[in-house]
Amino acid sequence: MGVELTPLLAMAIPAAGAVAIALLGRWPNLREAATLTTAGLLLAVVLGLANQELARGAAGGNFGPAFSLGEMIPGMALEFRVEALGVIYALVASGLWLLNSVYSIGYMRAHHEENQTRFYMCFGLAMASVMGIAFASNMFTLFVFYEALTMTTYPLVAHAGTPTALRGARTYLGVLVTTSICFLLLGTSLTWYLTGNLDFSVEGVFAAGVETNSISSGMVALLYGLFVYGIGKAAVMPAHRWLPAAMVAPTPVSAFLHAVAVVKAGVFSVLKITVYLFGLDTLKGVGGTDFFIYAACFTIIAGSGVAMFQDNLKRRLAYSTISQLAYIVLGAALLTPSGIEGAGLHIVMHAWGKITLFFCAGAVMVAAHKTDISQMKGLGRKMPFTFGAFAIASISIIGLPPMGGSWSKWYLMMGSLEADKSWIVWVLVVSSLMNIAYLLPVATNAFFLSPDEKPSPDVHGDHGHDDHGTVAHSASGIQEAPLLCVIPLCLTALGSFLLFLYPGPILTLCQMIGS
Amino acid sequence: MSFIDYNLPVLIVIVPLLGGLLSVLWGTLFGPRRDLSWGWAMLVAAAELALVLKMVGTVVDSATGSVVYNMGSWPGPWGIEYRVDYLNAFVLLVVAGIGAATILFARHSVHDEIPHDRSHVFYGVWLLCLTGLVGITITGDTFNVYVLLEITSLTSYALIAMGKDRDRRALLAALRYLILGSIGASFILLGIGYLLMLTGTLNMEDMHNTLIAIPDLATNRTVLVAFAFLLVGLSLKSALFPLHMWLPGAYTYAPSAISAFLASTATKVGIYMAFRFMYTIFGRHYSIEVLPGHLVLLACAAAAIIVPNLSAIRQTEVKRLLAFSSAGQIGYMVMGFALANEDGMTGSIVHLFNHAAMKGGMFLAIGAVIYRVGSAHITDLNGLGKRMPWTMGAFSIGGLGLAGFPLTAGFISKWYLIKGCLTAGYWYLAVLVLFASLLAVIYVWKMLERIWFTEPDESTAHIKEAPPTMLIATWGLILTSLYFGVHAEFTVGMAQKAAAFLLEVTP
Amino acid sequence: MSVLLSFAGTYNYAIYIILMMIGFYGVIAKKNLIKQALGLGLFSTGLFLFYISMGVFDGGTAPVWRAVHEGGHALKDAGPYDNPLTHVLILTAIVVSVSTLAVALAIIVNIQRAYGTIEEDEIRAIEAGLHPEEEVA
Repeated sequence: MGVELTPLLAMAIPAAGAVAIALLGRWPNLREAATLTTAGLLLAVVLGLANQELARGAAGGNFGPAFSLGEMIPGMALEFRVEALGVIYALVASGLWLLNSVYSIGYMRAHHEENQTRFYMCFGLAMASVMGIAFASNMFTLFVFYEALTMTTYPLVAHAGTPTALRGARTYLGVLVTTSICFLLLGTSLTWYLTGNLDFSVEGVFAAGVETNSISSGMVALLYGLFVYGIGKAAVMPAHRWLPAAMVAPTPVSAFLHAVAVVKAGVFSVLKITVYLFGLDTLKGVGGTDFFIYAACFTIIAGSGVAMFQDNLKRRLAYSTISQLAYIVLGAALLTPSGIEGAGLHIVMHAWGKITLFFCAGAVMVAAHKTDISQMKGLGRKMPFTFGAFAIASISIIGLPPMGGSWSKWYLMMGSLEADKSWIVWVLVVSSLMNIAYLLPVATNAFFLSPDEKPSPDVHGDHGHDDHGTVAHSASGIQEAPLLCVIPLCLTALGSFLLFLYPGPILTLCQMIGS
Repeated sequence: MSFIDYNLPVLIVIVPLLGGLLSVLWGTLFGPRRDLSWGWAMLVAAAELALVLKMVGTVVDSATGSVVYNMGSWPGPWGIEYRVDYLNAFVLLVVAGIGAATILFARHSVHDEIPHDRSHVFYGVWLLCLTGLVGITITGDTFNVYVLLEITSLTSYALIAMGKDRDRRALLAALRYLILGSIGASFILLGIGYLLMLTGTLNMEDMHNTLIAIPDLATNRTVLVAFAFLLVGLSLKSALFPLHMWLPGAYTYAPSAISAFLASTATKVGIYMAFRFMYTIFGRHYSIEVLPGHLVLLACAAAAIIVPNLSAIRQTEVKRLLAFSSAGQIGYMVMGFALANEDGMTGSIVHLFNHAAMKGGMFLAIGAVIYRVGSAHITDLNGLGKRMPWTMGAFSIGGLGLAGFPLTAGFISKWYLIKGCLTAGYWYLAVLVLFASLLAVIYVWKMLERIWFTEPDESTAHIKEAPPTMLIATWGLILTSLYFGVHAEFTVGMAQKAAAFLLEVTP
Repeated sequence: MSVLLSFAGTYNYAIYIILMMIGFYGVIAKKNLIKQALGLGLFSTGLFLFYISMGVFDGGTAPVWRAVHEGGHALKDAGPYDNPLTHVLILTAIVVSVSTLAVALAIIVNIQRAYGTIEEDEIRAIEAGLHPEEEVA
C-alpha cells in the first residue's frame, strides 16, 4: 500500500468505517460487509504496527515516532505514538472486533433487532476511540479519547430503548462520567498544574518534582488514587457498579464491553499511567501503591464472592470480570517486572477467555431463550459446541494449563514474590478456587445433569404465540445457535488454547513495557 | 488608509444603527414586506460581521495590540475615544457572529411568531439592539457605555415583549426585566457619577490613571461606594446569582431568535463591562489586592454554578432549562475573572466565546423545534431524533459542550478554569466546578435520552426537518463550537493575550 | 461635630439618596404595576438630581461667556461656572428614562389587555392557576 502505517491510520479506518456504515444503512448486507471490511483492515494495520514495534524492541527501543493531530490548546497537542503496551491493547481490540462483528451479525439478525445501523456505527466510532486511547502519547489525549469511548458506547448500552435498558444505561453513564470528571480530570489537571507536563515517558512526569521535593510523596499518592479511582472503566470497587448495570445491553455489546474495549481501556489506562505517567521508580520511592494492592485484592475476592451468588449468567460473568480486572490492577500496583508482565498478559488472556464466555451466554439466549444458569441444566447436549467452548474458556479464566490464563497467573504470582508480598499468592489461589466454584458448574450442569421437565418462563416474551412454544422449547425445540454465533466462539476458545502454546510475541511485547 | 480602514471602529457602531433606522423606513415606504425586512437585516448583519472581522485583524496585526479612534477627531481625554484591544475585539467577534447567525435563522421563525405588519419595526429594533451591544463593547468612555447600555436594554425589553403573541407571559417577563434592568443601569450610572466626582473625567484610560494617583486610595470611601454600586449594577446586568431572577422568564418567553440572540450576547457584554470596570478602570491592584472584591464575586460565582444548575434539572420546559443553564454558565465566567490569574481569566474569556456558540446553537435548535412542533415542552422532545435528526444532532452536540465533554469547546474553558482555581490555591473550587459539570450532564442527558432513545408519538409523524436557513444558522454555531473545541489556538490565543493585557502582565 | 459640618456641606446628597430610596421602595413593595413604574421614575429622578448637584459650585453660574465690549473685542472670562458636563450627561439620561417609562407603560397596557388587571399578585394567581407546575416569570 502506498499509505504509511501510522497510529493515525489505525484511528482513521474505524472512523471512516462508521461513516460508511451510516451511509449504507439501507442495504443490510452491504452494511455488514462494510463492518467486516473495516475490522479486517484495522486488524491488518495493527498487525503491521505490532511488527514495527517488535522490530523496535529487538533493537532496544520502545517508543515509536510521534504523530500529532495538532494542538488542541496552546501547549497541549493530541499526539500518538506506538508503544508496546498500546500495541497489546490495540491487537486485542482489533482482533476481537473482527470476531465480535461476525458474532453480532448472527445475533442481531437472529434476534430481529431494531436500529442496527446505529448499532454498527457506534461500534465503529467506539473502535476509533479505542485506537486513540491505545496510542495516546500524553495523558490529555488519553483523557479525550477515554471520554469519547464512554460517549460512543452509551448508545450501545441503551440500545433496546426500554425503560430497563435506559435505567441501566443511566447507571453506566453516571458512574463512568462521575469518576472521570470528578477524579480523573481533577487528577490530570493537578498533574498538569504541578508538573507542566503530561507526556508519557519511562521516568514519569513526577521524577523531577519528587527529587527536588517540590512535590510531596503524599501528593503523588493522592494523585495516584485520583487516577485509579478516576479510571472507572477499570472497575475497582466501589467504582464497579456500571458493569453489572451494563448487562442490559445486547450480548455482542456486553462481549465488547467486557473483553474488547471498555474494561480493557480502563485497566490499560491504569497500567499505562502507573508505568509511564508516574513511573515505576517514582512510585516505588514514594510507596504510593500499597493501598491499591489491598484495594485490588479486596476487589478480586469480593467480585468472585458476589459472582458465586448470581443466577443470571451475564451478571455472574460481569462480577467475574470485576474480579479479573483487579488482577491487572494488582499487577500494576506490584511495581515489579513480573507483575507488569503478568498484567499485560492478563489483558490478552482475559479478553480471549471472557469474550468466549459472553458469546456462549448470547448463544444460549438466542437459541434457547434462557438467561439464568438454573435453567441451563442439560442444555449442553443440545448445544455441545457452545458449552464446550464455555468449558475451555472457563479453564483459561480459572488459570489452569493448558489454557492461556495460566501464563498470566504464573507471572502475577512471580510478581508478588518479587515484591516480597507472598500473601498475595494465597489471594490468587483462593480466587482461582472461587472461579472454579462459579464457572465450572455452568458447563458441568449443562453436560451432566438432565433438564428440568417443567417449562421454564420464556424470556423472549414479545411473541404472543409462545404459550404453545414453551413446552416445545424445554423439550426438543432447542438446537445449537446460529452458525455465525458458533464459529466466533469456537475460534476464541481455540485462541485461548493457542495463546498457551504460543505466547511468544505477546510475551516479548509485555517484557518491553517500561523499558 | 481608506475611509473604511480609518473609521472602522465607528463604522461598526454606525452600520447597524443606520441599518435599524432604515429598516423602519423601508417598511413604511414599501409596505411591511417580511422578506424585504429580513433581507435588509441580513445584509446589515453580514456587513457588520465583515467589519468586525476586519477590526479583529487590525487589532491582531497592530504593534501595541490596541487601536484607538477619536470621535470627531477630538483627542482624548476630552473627546470620546473608541479603544479596541484584544478583549474588545474578541467580544465584538462574538456579538457580530451571533447577530449574523440569529438573523439568518430568523427568516422563518419571525414569519411564524411576529405579526406581519410589524416585521420591519421588529428587525429595526433588533438592529438597534445590535448597535447597543457593539457600542458598549467598543467604546472607551464610561458614559458612552451607559447610554449604549440603555439602548441595548430598552430594545431588549421591547424585543422580549414581542413574544406576547405566542405566550402572554412574555409581557410580565419583559416588565420584570425592565424594572430590574433599569435599577441595575441606574446603579451603574451612580457608580460612574461617583467616579466622575473623584476623577473629573469620563474617559476610561484617564479615569484609571487619575484613580490610581489618588492618595490613600485604600481608605477612600467614595471609591469604595463607587465600586460597590458598579459591582451590583453589573451583576444585575450579567445575571449573576443572586441577581439572576429576570433571566429565566426573559429567555423563555421571548421569540425564539431573540432568545438565542440575547442569551449569547447580552449577559456576555455585561461580563465584558465588569472586566472593563474592574481591571481597566479600577485596576488590578485596587480590585484584587486592596479590596476583597474578588472574594465576593467568587462566592457568588460558586453559588451561581450550583444553584441554577440544580434548578435546571427540575425544569419541564426546555427553553427555561436552557435559561437556568445559562445562569450557571455565567457563574463559570465570573469565577474565572474573579480568580484574577492568567489561566482563570483565559478560561473566562474563552468561555464567553464558547458558551455563546454552544448556547446560541442550542436555542436556535429549540427555535426550530418550536417552529415545527409548536411548543418546546420536554415531552415534545420524545423521539424527535427520528423526526428532526439534523436539528437534534446540533442540539445534542451543544448539550455535550455544556457538559464539558472533550472535543467540544466547553471542555477547553473548563480546563483553563480548573487550572486557574488550582493556581490560585482554591482546590475546592475546582472540585465544585467539576461537580457542576456533573449537574450539567444530568440535565443534558435527561433531554438526550428523550430525543434519541424514546419512541415518538404517532401524532408527531407529520413533523419535518427544519428549513435550510434555520439548519445552516444552527449548524454554523455548533460547528464553530466543535472546531474551537478541537483546535482552540485562535480563541485561547486571543483570550490569553486579553488576560495578560488586563492583568498588566507582560505575556 | 465634624460629622455635622460635613453633613452641612453634603446635605444635597442625603436628600437625593432619600428620594432614590423612596422610589426604590415603590419598585420593590408595590403590587400595582403603574406604581412600580412610578417608583422607578422617582428613583431615576433622584439619581439625576444627585448628579446635577454634583457639579454645583458656590457662586457658580451658567458657563456662558460674558460679552464685555472693550475696544471692539468680545471678551473672555466667564466667572466661576458650574460643571456643565453633568448637566449634559443628565439630559441624555433623562431621555433614556423617559423612553424606559414609555416602554414600561406600553408593556403595562398590553398586560392589561392580556390579563384584565395590572396588579402583580392577581396576574401571578392567574398564571399559577393555568400552569401549576411552573414558576411564573
